[in-house]
Amino acid sequence: MAWTGKILRVNLSEGTLVAEELNREWADQYLGQRGLATKYLVEEIAPDCDPLGPDNKLILATGPLTGTMASTGGRYSVVTKGPLTGCVACSNSGGFMGNELKNAGWDMIIVEGRSPEPVYLYIENEHAELLPADEIWGTSVWRTDEWLHNRHQDPLLRIAAVGRPAEKGCLYAAIINDLHRAAGRSGVGAVMASKNLKAVAVRGTLGVGNLKDPKRFIEAVDAAKRVLANNAVTGQGLPTYGTQVLMNVINELGALPTDNAREVQFDGAHDISGEAMHEPRPNDGKPNLVRNAGCFGCTIACGRISTIDKGHFTVSHKPEYWGASGGLEYEAAWALGADTGVDDLDALTYANFLCNEDGMDPISLGATIAAAMELTACGALAPERTGGIEFRFGSAEALVKGAEWVARGEGFGLDLALGSKRLCEKYGHPELSMTVKGQEFPAYDPRGIQGMGLTYATSNRGACHLRSYTVASEVLGIPEKTDPLTTDGKPALVKAFQDATAAVDSSGLCVFTTFAWTLEDIAPQIDAACEGDWDVDKLLTVGERIWNMERDFNLRAGIGGDEDRLPERLIKEAAKTGPAKGLVNGLDKMLPEYYELRGWSADGVPRAETRARLGLS
Amino acid sequence: MKIKLKLFATLGRHLPPGARRNAITIEAADGSTLFDLLDRYGIDHEEAFMVVRNGVFMPPAQRPIEPLRDGDTLAIWPPVAGG
Repeated sequence: MAWTGKILRVNLSEGTLVAEELNREWADQYLGQRGLATKYLVEEIAPDCDPLGPDNKLILATGPLTGTMASTGGRYSVVTKGPLTGCVACSNSGGFMGNELKNAGWDMIIVEGRSPEPVYLYIENEHAELLPADEIWGTSVWRTDEWLHNRHQDPLLRIAAVGRPAEKGCLYAAIINDLHRAAGRSGVGAVMASKNLKAVAVRGTLGVGNLKDPKRFIEAVDAAKRVLANNAVTGQGLPTYGTQVLMNVINELGALPTDNAREVQFDGAHDISGEAMHEPRPNDGKPNLVRNAGCFGCTIACGRISTIDKGHFTVSHKPEYWGASGGLEYEAAWALGADTGVDDLDALTYANFLCNEDGMDPISLGATIAAAMELTACGALAPERTGGIEFRFGSAEALVKGAEWVARGEGFGLDLALGSKRLCEKYGHPELSMTVKGQEFPAYDPRGIQGMGLTYATSNRGACHLRSYTVASEVLGIPEKTDPLTTDGKPALVKAFQDATAAVDSSGLCVFTTFAWTLEDIAPQIDAACEGDWDVDKLLTVGERIWNMERDFNLRAGIGGDEDRLPERLIKEAAKTGPAKGLVNGLDKMLPEYYELRGWSADGVPRAETRARLGLS
Repeated sequence: MKIKLKLFATLGRHLPPGARRNAITIEAADGSTLFDLLDRYGIDHEEAFMVVRNGVFMPPAQRPIEPLRDGDTLAIWPPVAGG
């Protein structure tokens, strides 16, 4: 069955912890993780509730393949109503937390209410309790992790925690597990901190069995692992260069948002690229990259472990940052680098370490600092408002100070913690915010990759690349090459990616497998593990059902089709260089066709027949 | 004619001396195709998975037959991905 069949419900207001039986009917309709947790959320909270109030809930959810021997089967998601957007939020993380939770016997944890005092949740298999967190409240994730390991004298304890920004209400605060894996987007960390919940510490030793057909599962998993190993992308490209190899690719294609998306190409792209991470530094002769790293059960291992030059100005007097830690992924390197115009790889790595240490989404942080830089450039922000530092494009000092201030929750960092949308509104220039539904868009300029414009505009959690990564098709040719400069065919492409991704995000597997796998590779693994008949068609229907459920929640929260739009810059200011020169994004051409393909009305509301077909009330 | 050749990721090992930031400007005979250049630098045709000519994807069918032009920029990658 793969599901453990058990949910842990934690009411922080009452201090109660109750084991519940999983709703198996819902599991058959929504699979697990993103889909199933969102089903619980939309059934249990009022869509108009305050995201940072006690009525919101926070769900940590595994998928049915989490903790199994399936490759990449270590994922979990955090589902809640997001404070950055007001939309449904679902942030997915790897590392070793998801499998530990599953090994402790739980499909998901539902956290509700608000504790009167700071607490952490300790789980050892079926035993769960709330313990005081006074001593770690006000400390970073890294300090919290160390304290909990010492407190419980258990080096194998797996910990997910929030840092100081979350406690201070940073709207893009992340939940960090295993020191440098993040449920990063949409401010899920702020929700956790709003409940006075500092950390979740889990030890699971029960194993994950309960498979429908173990022999067939082993065969399906083995076959799928061979596909990953034999595929040039997942077998060689991602392990060697990680996602950061994209920096030069996207720059060459003229789709690298630079200087808060004023430009689409960055002169310093190479200096912050995956290739640069391999090159020896002038000062110590060592490269930035130490090694690659894999999450639980992963046979790809795209993660980066990096160091900073000890002589660099960011760490020369801070030996605590001289060790190796989670390095730059492409999205973080873009946001902290190209988008701010900073080409200093060590400064970016340091800012990324801070994001891991204290729990901040590097995409939103970098894009918000970039917005502050443009506010400065247009005269709306003077250095006296920004701690005496001039926030000019290209300033590594401004980037680093900004990251430090948000991490500590002090000075101008409190403004930066609002995110780009609220920052730009506060200083009188909302048009300078590169956001959709309040969330900063990531590392692909929709003028150079047209499908990503529709992806951002329609993402249910605000601008996001991972909801439908059409870059795979438009740039990388996976599963087949499409022209990034045209809108033709993109509505169907976006819908197909959205539905398939929603299913993968609900399985316990990593979406990066889909550079090699199709649902034809994934369905047999799920079908061998889970009760019910799980084929490709059913997974696509589940994915479409999840997408419409999320949409429905947003509609009921007051976020409708009029919010399916892009920043004016992307649809009015043409790209100045590269192959997209002269182009804006053609969202107006794509959106009506997309709504029609979805079975939605002209204003973006699922029609009655669409709801009926998908079994949505 | 002059061609700006950029070889990224694992293809960087094929760059001749003098390359900086994964790029070098080379002389090529008029009428040379992409495959001619790949052969010159010992690059397996299959390994040159993604080819971007002047910022635009070069379809595989063009690579053995399309004559390059003076001033072209070629950026080439093995199979890679990100996200």
